[in-house]
Amino acid sequence: MPSNETLTLTVQRFHPQRQPNTLSMSYTVPKTKTLLQALTHIKRTQDPTLTFNAGCNASVCGSCAVRVNGREVLACAYTPQEGDLIEPLRYATVLKDLVVDASHTTTLNARAHNASHGHKEEMQSIDAAHAITRQSDCILCSACYSACPVLAVNSDFLGPFALTRSWRYIADSREADTSSIMQSIQTNGIWDCTLCGECTTVCPQHIDPKNDIMMLQGKAGILGYTNPKFGGGMSFDGGFGTPDFGVPSF
Amino acid sequence: MLDILIVGAGGAGLTAALEAHRAGAKVAILSKSYPTRSQTAMAQGGINAVLTPSDSIEHHIADTLQSAHDLASIEAITQLCQGAPKAINWLGSLGMPFSRDTQEGVAQRRLGGASAPRACYAQDYTGLKLIHTLYDQVIEAGIPLYHEHFLLNCIVEENHILGITALDIRTSTVKAIAAKSVILATGGYSKLYGDFSTNAQGATGDGIAAALRAGARISDIEFVQFHPTALASSSILISESARGAGGLLIDGEGKRFVDELAPRDVVARAIYEAIERTGRAYLDIRHLGEAYIEEHLPQERKLAQLYEGVDCVHALIPIKPAAHYTMGGIEVDAQGMSAVRGLFAVGECANAHIHGANRLGGNSLLELVVFGRDTARHALTFAQKSTPPNANDTQFQKDSAFIHACFHRFTNQIDFYEKQTFLSKIAYRNAGLFRNEMHLKGVLGVVRQIQKELPFMGVKDKLSTYNTNLVEFLEFGNIIELAEVLLVGAINRIESRGAHYRSDYPQSHPHFAHPTISWKEQGVLCNAFE
Repeated sequence: MPSNETLTLTVQRFHPQRQPNTLSMSYTVPKTKTLLQALTHIKRTQDPTLTFNAGCNASVCGSCAVRVNGREVLACAYTPQEGDLIEPLRYATVLKDLVVDASHTTTLNARAHNASHGHKEEMQSIDAAHAITRQSDCILCSACYSACPVLAVNSDFLGPFALTRSWRYIADSREADTSSIMQSIQTNGIWDCTLCGECTTVCPQHIDPKNDIMMLQGKAGILGYTNPKFGGGMSFDGGFGTPDFGVPSF
Repeated sequence: MLDILIVGAGGAGLTAALEAHRAGAKVAILSKSYPTRSQTAMAQGGINAVLTPSDSIEHHIADTLQSAHDLASIEAITQLCQGAPKAINWLGSLGMPFSRDTQEGVAQRRLGGASAPRACYAQDYTGLKLIHTLYDQVIEAGIPLYHEHFLLNCIVEENHILGITALDIRTSTVKAIAAKSVILATGGYSKLYGDFSTNAQGATGDGIAAALRAGARISDIEFVQFHPTALASSSILISESARGAGGLLIDGEGKRFVDELAPRDVVARAIYEAIERTGRAYLDIRHLGEAYIEEHLPQERKLAQLYEGVDCVHALIPIKPAAHYTMGGIEVDAQGMSAVRGLFAVGECANAHIHGANRLGGNSLLELVVFGRDTARHALTFAQKSTPPNANDTQFQKDSAFIHACFHRFTNQIDFYEKQTFLSKIAYRNAGLFRNEMHLKGVLGVVRQIQKELPFMGVKDKLSTYNTNLVEFLEFGNIIELAEVLLVGAINRIESRGAHYRSDYPQSHPHFAHPTISWKEQGVLCNAFE
């Protein structure tokens, strides 16, 4: 029974060893400041089998991202409301309850070769450093990936966080050679984004992957890459930072 | 066979892995979570290095020594401080996105206890950006990672490391992984203080406890740094930069009570006393103004709003001190090797005699880069030269049987979560900032009782897939093991030094200007000052 002091949360549960393997369970918990506190309360006092990941409690480790009523949040930064439905992130294998296989954070960054490949210089101006500050705030929580509608139709899409990281290195004034990154984000990468902005909406770090992808498209055009979806080998010289050349269609 | 197995994927582990890989070693990393979820990601302040002629390495050494209260090695500190500029260059070469100064160099700021602006930083995300930069390199280098594997024990024969056993968290199966050398980089044990710690969930000292069980010596476990300003209801860290910018500390009666910029241990104790005396303590940054707070302390504003329901632009922030960093760890020599041959340790889990009785802000990230790289080279040299004794599967069998027992034999009459909460409360009150013999012995009694009760606890989740109930029980076991060491050390150290404050012995004594060394003889804890 909901009261002023308690609230009821429903958790979408999954366990591969149980039949049926999915189940919605409701728990009544004392009102807490964060969803993570509520989940921890359930595990410690009501149901030790409830499984979720947690880490820093301060929104920097990216462990505790889940979906609440269909929207991605960090459990440690969301205040739960009466009747909330808690589900695991999408587009990653659910291992148990709210825990998903997070190894795609590794494999996608590997695919994009998202790393420094050597420096041409050590110095960097404050403005140049600013250009990659927000992008390097990423905590790899995967909220953007779960919110991305492209993944629903193309599971090979690199997705928002990997592409933001590509831009983080390509836009870094110190980098000597980012060609391997640019090359590896052409297929199932920058041209597959629909620029819907769902990733930007859910990012707990206020990163704007949609804009980063637009920047990558602009840069790719300058470098002579073309959007395969337009066909005919059309090249872009529309200019860096003004990638306003329409939304690719699927 | 692996040349080097690195256990732990925070800053120390990844640095060691990169260096080992560069040197041609066959290396793998094993971690109970993911690198980007490690404690390193939480480090805010910066990484110390002398980069300008206006500062000097001698000053960096002197500041570090002073903070250590005669409990550090001048050789180790010299090695650390001399290696610092190179460490910053190395990080820069990997793409670390440091904040910049107007000369396009790496920006530096002054942290508590430093005689110059010496901490290189990346906004308030220094650790976060460090770990992501390292991780990107590890991925690009193709270094194998065992994610979600929990270290159980070291495999040791004739005091020589042969590998480790680990629990695969996804399946609850035990695995044995052989290696010619092992580097533990598993972090500290501040979560002994549970909700009275600023640390992430996993700071449970797993590597230190495993090393102790394997026959290594561990040292200075009683030295725990409490951060002065954590949020009162959640222990979430409010950065020292809030005080650096002019934030004031106010007691429950609205009065200031301490120099806000005094050393961390002094400020932390003063806050604890103010709370005892007046019921509350607050951080006041209202006078800094909304524009400044929004620009420089946005995290603090957000966290205070979320957890305390106050907007620090208009209201006081309720605070308390909370366990933040553990100076003690696995006793290592100048090569980073423990008393077990081939078992190395680096980072917060090691005691390289850098921090002594009190860590200086900005030195822990530095330690993991400088010593992470050095330790990797020493571990590789060891791996190339040593001739290990023959392996057998005794440890694997023992650990498999133990995991089976956790599921099926332990009786579950006692709830370990309740015991964990209870322990954290009494540890904070009686073995925290202020200690005395009677209180410490009381807590030790509780810890020894809990040790006896472990077989009457166990896991309630009986299925093998991703069983975090089991992982948390194993972590609790490690905490209980280290709690005993902490308490025995704190009881025997009848003096006050840095973070260890005995209200019954408030002065330092030269007799105790030595590390507390602990080890086990046939399962029995032994302790000496050496």
